[in-house]
This record gives sequence, structure tokens and C-alpha cells, in this order.
Amino acid sequence: MNFLNNLDRRWIFLAMALCVGVPILVIGLTGYTFPETPTPLAEAFFDEVDVAGEAKGRRANVLLAFDFDPASAGELNPMAVSLVHQCAQKGHRMYFISLWPVGPQMIMDAVNKVIKVHYPEMVYGEDYVNLGFKAGNEQVIKVMGVDLTTEFRTDVEGTTLSQIPMMSGITNLEDFDLIAEISAGYPGSKEWVLYASTQFNIPLVSGMTGVQAPQLYPYFPNQLKGLLGAIKGAAEYEYLVNQWVRLDKLTGILEQAGLPPGEAGPLAAEFAASPDQVSTWTVSAAASTLSPEAKAALIEAATEPIPGEYLEGQRRMGPQLFAHLLMVFLIILGNVIFFAQRRRGGGS
Amino acid sequence: MQILTRLIPLLITGIAGLVMIVSAFIPYTSEWGKIAGQFFNILAAFAFVLGGGNLLKVHLKKISDQGAGWGYSGVVLVCFLVTLFVGLFKIGTYPNPSYPDVHFSGETQGTGSGFWWAYEYVFKPLTATMFSILAFYVASAAFRAFRAKNFEAILLLGTAFIILLGSVSAGVFLTDWIPNAGPFGDLRLENLRIYIMQVFNTAGTRAIMIGIALGIASTSLKIMLGIDRSFLGSGD
Repeated sequence: MNFLNNLDRRWIFLAMALCVGVPILVIGLTGYTFPETPTPLAEAFFDEVDVAGEAKGRRANVLLAFDFDPASAGELNPMAVSLVHQCAQKGHRMYFISLWPVGPQMIMDAVNKVIKVHYPEMVYGEDYVNLGFKAGNEQVIKVMGVDLTTEFRTDVEGTTLSQIPMMSGITNLEDFDLIAEISAGYPGSKEWVLYASTQFNIPLVSGMTGVQAPQLYPYFPNQLKGLLGAIKGAAEYEYLVNQWVRLDKLTGILEQAGLPPGEAGPLAAEFAASPDQVSTWTVSAAASTLSPEAKAALIEAATEPIPGEYLEGQRRMGPQLFAHLLMVFLIILGNVIFFAQRRRGGGS
Repeated sequence: MQILTRLIPLLITGIAGLVMIVSAFIPYTSEWGKIAGQFFNILAAFAFVLGGGNLLKVHLKKISDQGAGWGYSGVVLVCFLVTLFVGLFKIGTYPNPSYPDVHFSGETQGTGSGFWWAYEYVFKPLTATMFSILAFYVASAAFRAFRAKNFEAILLLGTAFIILLGSVSAGVFLTDWIPNAGPFGDLRLENLRIYIMQVFNTAGTRAIMIGIALGIASTSLKIMLGIDRSFLGSGD
């Protein structure tokens, strides 16, 4: 007991290093991820991005504010990547900004991972634009509410906004159908709630670090339409986006093959629910009218592996699981030692 | 009353505060709020210059005094000046495609630029490492300080266990035997976690937020009316 009481903290550091390091190695080698069950908060986040712009019957203008830095990128980057993934697949127009000095690098990272690699057909200035960083914290949001061009005269490359086609018709925050924000602190989610969504009644969804989430829960579901907390929220959202993207691709192939949308949707859902039975459902009666090319495309879409960058959140849940288990074990062990000492009349 | 050190700062504060309040409630005056906001943003940009100046002053003094750890101040200054130089002069940037002959038209942080290099290979790994170290200290602190000494501490411990286990798949594994759709479905760890966060946490946080908001409102009013002058640095 004395050994445990005077345990060198370097043993604890070693245990933590193993709990984090070993799962990273194992998951990296095997690709195995733990199953995720999305919570209503993650589902609400996904749904809000999904329906953006539908009420106005147009392609949605989504303002993406990346207010974080590399210190919290481990927690927030997977949700930022998934957010861009969903917006790109949905065909939303993306307007990137940041209230943090190193935010533009976070934007570039997500753009390089998602748009440049998987959606090369998207055109800069027509489908997405990076407006970069602006100093002034919540005042930037306030001024953007009245006149966006006062704050942002050029994009991050120095091109004036009047030369960027997708900036036409964008004058202030009210021209956006949705604000999607990823936050690591101040300025972040709270400022967007106070100065944008509440004041101008614009739908706002936010992903944030674990320490921030408890302070933002009171705003859900009125001021914040969706909320992702830490890597757990990122993993749930990532799972939802990956499932939907596969379903969307299958639906697209079926519609291109000549099936009416009313039939293609349910059939794609049926296929997506059992991708391992791909050889069975391509010879089923429902798929009898499909051409061999369409069937080959269906098989490919159903069985193609999900790219690694779209699994980062779920992969990071592995180290998190073992780190949490170690924390629980250490707390219990510390209390066992505490009570044993107290019984023997030792110090507190 | 000293005009420059007291009266003018008090007037600026009072008028700016009043303009921001009025512009939030009267749409006709929203333009006033925008102008006040622009002034603020210009000042915020100047704050970076002041911050840089202060950093130079503090660390040059440390080097000059040759006190303990003055070498670190030297490292800070060298990194600061190199980054400033690389950023200001856009070292290694590629010109904007619209203006290929103008070097300064390029993006400071563009891929391949000096600023990008410093960020990607120095700033990013260093800050990520600093944040990662927290996991080790939190584990050590949990072992030494998290004790069930009294009823409140037991409540805190119980909540911590539910949140820690409910946030990972261990929670699902441990309480998977409880049917999710049944009357006891809410007792599954992952559902208990959501319940704690959305009910207990929200109630507590909301009370604190309302208290803080009232405090901010009364303090702001005192500052705007010149009753609280501590921000002027006078101590009264």
C-alpha cells in the first residue's frame, strides 16, 4: 500500500501513454473503429445542415466559421472535415471565415482534405470561398450583421469581393441560410449565439471542445439548432455523414439508371442498410431493370472503403476509450488507498 | 478634472456604450452600431501592435537583467522577429494568379510560403504537444486528488464516472443488457450522460449565465455612467 501511496507519477504517465499509443497503433494497422450510436444532438446538427436553403428553394449559402487552432485540432478537425464533406456532397455554397488568427490554416486543412481531393469539380469563388481571419472578436460578427463587405473587402488571396461570383448578393449575415461554427473558446460559439443567431434569427449549429460543451447546452435547441461536443460528437456526426453520403451516391446511381426518385430513394436505403449483401440485391427483382454498368457502379459505391480522413473521429474514440478507462481505474485506486489509510489512522 | 486622462475616456466610453445599446434596439440606428464596431475593430488590430511592443519590452528587459531563464526570452524574441519578418515580407509566397507580376499580391499563409512552413512545422506540432501533455497531468491529478471525502464529493465522483464511461463505447458495453426502448432505457450509461448534460448541467449553467448577465449589465451601466472608473487605471 505504501508503494501505491508513494507511486511515482511517471508510472501514471507511462500508463496513459500506453492507453493512448497502443490503440492508435492497433487502429492504424487494422482500421477497426468502435460502433457509434448518434445522439439527438448530432442528428439535429446533421439535419440542420441537410435542410439548409430548402425553405427558400435555392442552393444554400452556408457560413462556416472555423474558430480554433492546432491545440484543439485533435478534437475539432474531424468534425470540421465532416462538416465540409456534408456541405460539399449536398452542393451548398461555402463561405469560410475565422475569428482566430490561425483559423485560416484550419480552413485550408479541411479544404485540402475534402474539396481538393474528393470534390475537384468544385470551383473556388463559385462553390466555396475563404474570407480568412479578421481581428475584433464579437465586433466582427456585429458588423457583419449590418454590412459584411465592411469587414471583408478581399478574400484570403487578396481578391476583391466584387470579383468573386459567389459573393454577389451577399451583403450581411441575413443572406446566409445557415451558420455552422466550430469553436475552441473565445471568440466562438457563445458569441455567434449572442450576436448572430439570436439577433438576426439565423439558424446556427456548432461543434465545440469538451470543456465548452456544458456551457453551451442551455442554448440547444432554440438558439443552437445542433451541437457537437468534443471527439464523441465528431465521431457521431462523422458516422451520420458517411452513411448519408453512401446513401446519396446509391440514390444518384439509381436515378441515373432511370428509376423515378420515389423508387430510387427507398431502394437505395435498402441497399445501404446491407452493403455486405451487394451481390444479392443487384440480382433481386427490384434491380432487374438496371443495366450491367449501373449494377457495377452500385456495387462499387456500396463496397468502396471510406477514405481515412472521413474516419478520423471514429478512430480517435479508441484512444479515448482506454484513456477514460484508465482515469476511472486511477480514481478508484486512489480512493482505495485513501480509505485504507484512513482506517489505519493515516493522513488524509 | 483632467481632460485627457479622465473626461475624454469617460465620454468615449459612455457614448460608445450608448450607441451600441441604441443600435441593438432601434433598426434605424443600426448604422451607428456598425461605425462604432468599425472603430473597435481598428483598435483591436492596433492591440496586436501594442502586444508585440509589450512582448519586446518584457523580454528585452529580462535579457538585459540576465535573470533566471533569460535565454528563453532570447528564443522568444528570435522566433517573434523571424516570424514577423517572414509574414510582413511574404517570404516564399506565390503571387495572386490575377496579378502574377506583383509579389506582394500573394497569400501570406499560402501553401509553400515561409509563414506556412513556420506554422506547419513549428507552431502546429508545438501547440498540439502542449495540449496533449494535459492528458498526463489530468490522469495524475485524478489519482491523487479525486477523493470521496464527503457526500458532495461522492456525487461529483458518481457523475464523473457516468460522463467518462457514457462518452465512450464502454458505457454501451456495460449497460447494453438494459433494453433501450423499455421503461429503464434511460438508465443506460450513454442515455444517463445525455440526461445529466441536458437537465442537471443545463439548469446549473443557465442559473450561472443569468447571474453573470445581470452582473455584466450592472457593471457596464456603472462604467458607462462613469461611476466605476477602475478601467482608467486610477484605482478609484
